[in-house]
Amino acid sequence: MSSWIPLWLHKLGSPPTFYRFAGAVRPWAMGLALLAGAIGLYGGLVLAPADYQQGDAYRIIFIHVPSAWMSMFVYAVMGVSGFMALVWRMKLAEVVAMESAPIGAAFTFITLVTGSLWGKPMWGTWWTWDARLTSELVLLFLYLGVIGLYHAFEDRRQGARAASFLAIIGVINVPIVHYSVVWWNTLHQGSTVNVFGHSKMAGDMLWPLLVMTLATKAYYVASLCRRARTDLLALEGGKDWVRRIAEAEVPR
Amino acid sequence: MSGAPLPRACAAMLRRDLLLAWRRRGDLAMPVLYAVIVVVLFPFALGPDLALLQRIAGGVVLVTVLLAMLLALDAMFASDIEDGSLEQLVLAPQPLALMLGMKILAHWLATALPLIVIAPLLAGMLHLPAAAMPALLLALLLATPLLSLLGAVLVALTAGTRRSGMLLALMLLPLCVPVVIFAAGAVAAAQEGLPWFAPVAWLGAALILCVVLAPLACAAALRIALDS
Repeated sequence: MSSWIPLWLHKLGSPPTFYRFAGAVRPWAMGLALLAGAIGLYGGLVLAPADYQQGDAYRIIFIHVPSAWMSMFVYAVMGVSGFMALVWRMKLAEVVAMESAPIGAAFTFITLVTGSLWGKPMWGTWWTWDARLTSELVLLFLYLGVIGLYHAFEDRRQGARAASFLAIIGVINVPIVHYSVVWWNTLHQGSTVNVFGHSKMAGDMLWPLLVMTLATKAYYVASLCRRARTDLLALEGGKDWVRRIAEAEVPR
Repeated sequence: MSGAPLPRACAAMLRRDLLLAWRRRGDLAMPVLYAVIVVVLFPFALGPDLALLQRIAGGVVLVTVLLAMLLALDAMFASDIEDGSLEQLVLAPQPLALMLGMKILAHWLATALPLIVIAPLLAGMLHLPAAAMPALLLALLLATPLLSLLGAVLVALTAGTRRSGMLLALMLLPLCVPVVIFAAGAVAAAQEGLPWFAPVAWLGAALILCVVLAPLACAAALRIALDS
């Protein structure tokens, strides 16, 4: 009874199984992302009250904070699956690590852009060399380095392994980003939302933020599924299961 | 299969790489010339204002040395990959990490040491106060091997690719940020007459960590990059 879960996980590692699984998951994840995104944005931009100090400008956090969390979360996923790719040489782990990188880079970029849009009216500057801003920028460069290294190789699997190694070296930056507001006295504010305790944020501002977090997570899953499916088809081009899919797609 | 004893193998590796570097002395002068040119350009661009130049001197010299090292980094394994001797090294009975450590040491001696020797001249051109000179030299002595070690891991990762120059800079930037921060912090503190031992101690700690881990990581990276 209890052995079917590990068996199923084991099977999921094989490209054809994952291809089918990702195809089934993707529409649901995308639907959840769109629904949660719509609810979260409506709650955040319309329903939530204006801040007594910042007015309406604070509303950018409903985009900024979920993307910032995702920029670190995706890097952690990339690091873990990169580790799996190097240790167990799993093709699927390589695909997940490499296809996570552009999504994570996009989230990091959104974080930096929304942060600087918010910083101009609040701090009076687009950019400051503060520990958290700088470490987030370094995170973006790490993502770009991983993507660049992956594409520099002719052999894609070799490129994926080399880039996974670089991603693992870079994992050291993730705790630095997270704790930078604790370790250094910075301009960027400390964390307001606390998973294991009392959040320093009003409830009607908090729930849209959490819904937006769910939306970004679901979007990541949907996007990853789609990218991984495409990548698997390209990697396994000569295999039987791909040929069968291709033959089914041919217009008659 | 046992091969030569380790100390002799290490000495042979070091001697070979230094000899190769010495035979191509022209290449050795390139990073030094590059550093001189970059530093000379600064007073032209910013004007010969003494106070301004003094303030930026430490940072400019550090960044210039870093860029000059980056310029030479690309060539660390290039000729050995071309003639196949790096593959022989991977197959050799001696531990690869130790042999690569010797190669990194030789590379540091050939490229970073001339830069450190010229650094007081560069700093003098920008009017760095003499009181800050020991801090600058000590920071460079600890920071340049760190950059060589970190850079070697990345060069090994790009060993299987053809175009790697710009990519190397992109990959090295995130890793060298802390090094630059601590080294520049030491020089800035010394310039203001503050105690500057703490950042230098951080650099030393990072260097000890890297001396142990970087050759191992470099060996692992090289095996990934050459494995096909």
